[in-house]
Amino acid sequence: MESKAKITVEGVYKIFGSQPHKALAMLSSGQDKSRVFEKTGMTVGVCDASFTINEGEIFVIMGLSGSGKSTMVRLLNRLIEPSAGTIAIDGQEITGLSDKGLIELRRKKISMVFQSFALMPHLTILQNACFGLELAGCDREQGKKQALDALQRVGLETWADSYPKELSGGMQQRVGLARALAVNPEILLMDEAFSALDPLIRAEMQDELIKLQAQDQRTIVFISHDLDEAIRIGDRIAIMHDGRVVQVGTPEEILQNPANDYVQNFFRGVDPTQIISAGDMARKTQVTLIRHPGDGPRAGLQRLINHDRNYGYVLDKNGHYLGVVSDETLQNTLNQKIDDLTQAFLPDADAVRATDSMQDILPAITAHPWPVPVIDDNDKYRGVISRNLFLRTLQRTHEESSTEVLASVSQNEKEG
Amino acid sequence: MALLNFDEQLIPLDSWIQDAIDWLVYHFRDLFQSAKLPIEKMLNGFVWLFNAAPPSLIIGLLTLAAWRFAGKRVAVFTLLSLLVTGYLGMWEDTMVTLSMVICSVFFCALLGIPLGILSGRSDRFQMVLRPFLDAMQTTPAFVYLVPVVMLFSIGSVSGIIATIVFALPPIVRLTSLGIRQVHPELIEAALAFGGTPWQVLYRVQLPLALPSIMAGLNQTIMMSLSMVVIAALIGAGGLGGPVMQGLNTLDIGLAAIGGICIVLMAMILDRITQGLIREKR
Repeated sequence: MESKAKITVEGVYKIFGSQPHKALAMLSSGQDKSRVFEKTGMTVGVCDASFTINEGEIFVIMGLSGSGKSTMVRLLNRLIEPSAGTIAIDGQEITGLSDKGLIELRRKKISMVFQSFALMPHLTILQNACFGLELAGCDREQGKKQALDALQRVGLETWADSYPKELSGGMQQRVGLARALAVNPEILLMDEAFSALDPLIRAEMQDELIKLQAQDQRTIVFISHDLDEAIRIGDRIAIMHDGRVVQVGTPEEILQNPANDYVQNFFRGVDPTQIISAGDMARKTQVTLIRHPGDGPRAGLQRLINHDRNYGYVLDKNGHYLGVVSDETLQNTLNQKIDDLTQAFLPDADAVRATDSMQDILPAITAHPWPVPVIDDNDKYRGVISRNLFLRTLQRTHEESSTEVLASVSQNEKEG
Repeated sequence: MALLNFDEQLIPLDSWIQDAIDWLVYHFRDLFQSAKLPIEKMLNGFVWLFNAAPPSLIIGLLTLAAWRFAGKRVAVFTLLSLLVTGYLGMWEDTMVTLSMVICSVFFCALLGIPLGILSGRSDRFQMVLRPFLDAMQTTPAFVYLVPVVMLFSIGSVSGIIATIVFALPPIVRLTSLGIRQVHPELIEAALAFGGTPWQVLYRVQLPLALPSIMAGLNQTIMMSLSMVVIAALIGAGGLGGPVMQGLNTLDIGLAAIGGICIVLMAMILDRITQGLIREKR
């Protein structure tokens, strides 16, 4: 395995606050992050981070929110200035670079993909893809060609003249990726790049990234809080906890020899039913009926029959959940010649919140035969969870949390 | 209790200000007089232009602008309003007012947009600037009319300067707001791709702040128009003239038609700039 160091991080600290040297002194005298915060009010973002990222690998920095991973990635292109320590790229220290040198570095060597996409809303897709090239003062025609080429690689060349708001989230992030690829960087920083996408699109984007990586072997630093994602795409993983890098290694190495309890627990996923929320599981597999004023049970029943379903989920025009009807209750109201859909609502058909854990929704799942509707904080309908789905999720998470299976899965994926 | 004896004036601020203005007038009047030169030249140019051009041309252009930016209905309204203005015998005064508004809005934008950008990018600058903006917006115009006249003498140019004092704050505030409303991640993205501070400003912040800046321009126009009558107190020409004259001679009719023309002018300019804002969004 070739392992030429591309990025070397040595003893890097980041303190957020007015007097970083004070906090640094406290840390070096052995006091911890929470103690520093208590005494000085300063936050330790990254604490004594040292690792090496090799040329051509996908290096995943993983941790929960607040672990300092987003700060870490911004230190690599100095969007955030480190408080202490050195970072070198190709042996050249970037921590000492002048403003001019830094701008040059960002234009030529490193580009970045953001969690929130961060596309310019006033520019077309092509202009967005061209953004980095244009900042670098690239020739217009040449830039356009390179940007179109990058768009083609992510499959969006036909959208060149559209604006970002006309695209779906997944497509927008493809543009974000194209914008980063257009400058042909040696290093690609991806800050939770796929976290805002829904699971299917996320998997698709991961595949796409792996495919692109097979073509041109860049050094990719990928930030993620998602274990699945890290194992799927990472050649090596660094696990961060409380600002510290607790372990660096290949997924297999970490799975087999977790450095401490934290890492072990992270991979075991203490209890999946506490972690997975209703919102993660909800699927829009059921028939929804939008309630218009004057709409009666007849139209609803017709829709259920057309889709061969027993239950229908009634929403208002803004997508707020109203209730559940069944073919039986609809038929009853029709027989009684009542023309009001609300009369057909099943009693006790309460929705669960997207933030509820599997544990929380268990009673609702077992109490009723119909799939339980899920709503978000604004009472909007997010989908349903059927018993079947609930059980399957439970089963899958148990499998995944057992380390042996996980290791073999990731092994298979690498080989396959 | 001598400390709380409010019967005597302890701080003679009024006479200090008086002395300061006197001193300024005595030593720097020439400077102020030459400072008004660009405003004077520009105003005279516009007044000459608008009055030399045939009314049909002006009406045509304004109607066209209204149609282009704000739609058919506003165009019809513009056409009719301008005709009414002419039939009321107020054409010449309206053109003078229009010139004054254009001049003051031009200088407001010239000063206000850079100030707004600075205050959008620096919290400290904004903190220093804010009390001045508050003062400019709330100090009764009559308070600064006299020093303005003493420094710049009476006439339309002084009227414009008083108008700038009053109409500058909204464009500064809304430019600053527009700059501040740009999502921080967009700025971060621009920096991450190697943008210099200038590039961040004119490739990201300014284009995205444009609707807000236009809204500020619109407010500045409206406030300039509302200063027209007050500016007439210090000898500025235009639609304020008939209103003041009507006020002095209790000629209610004359004051009313002056007022009507101001309102019509305001509505035309407002609708056209609103249309422009919508287009930018």
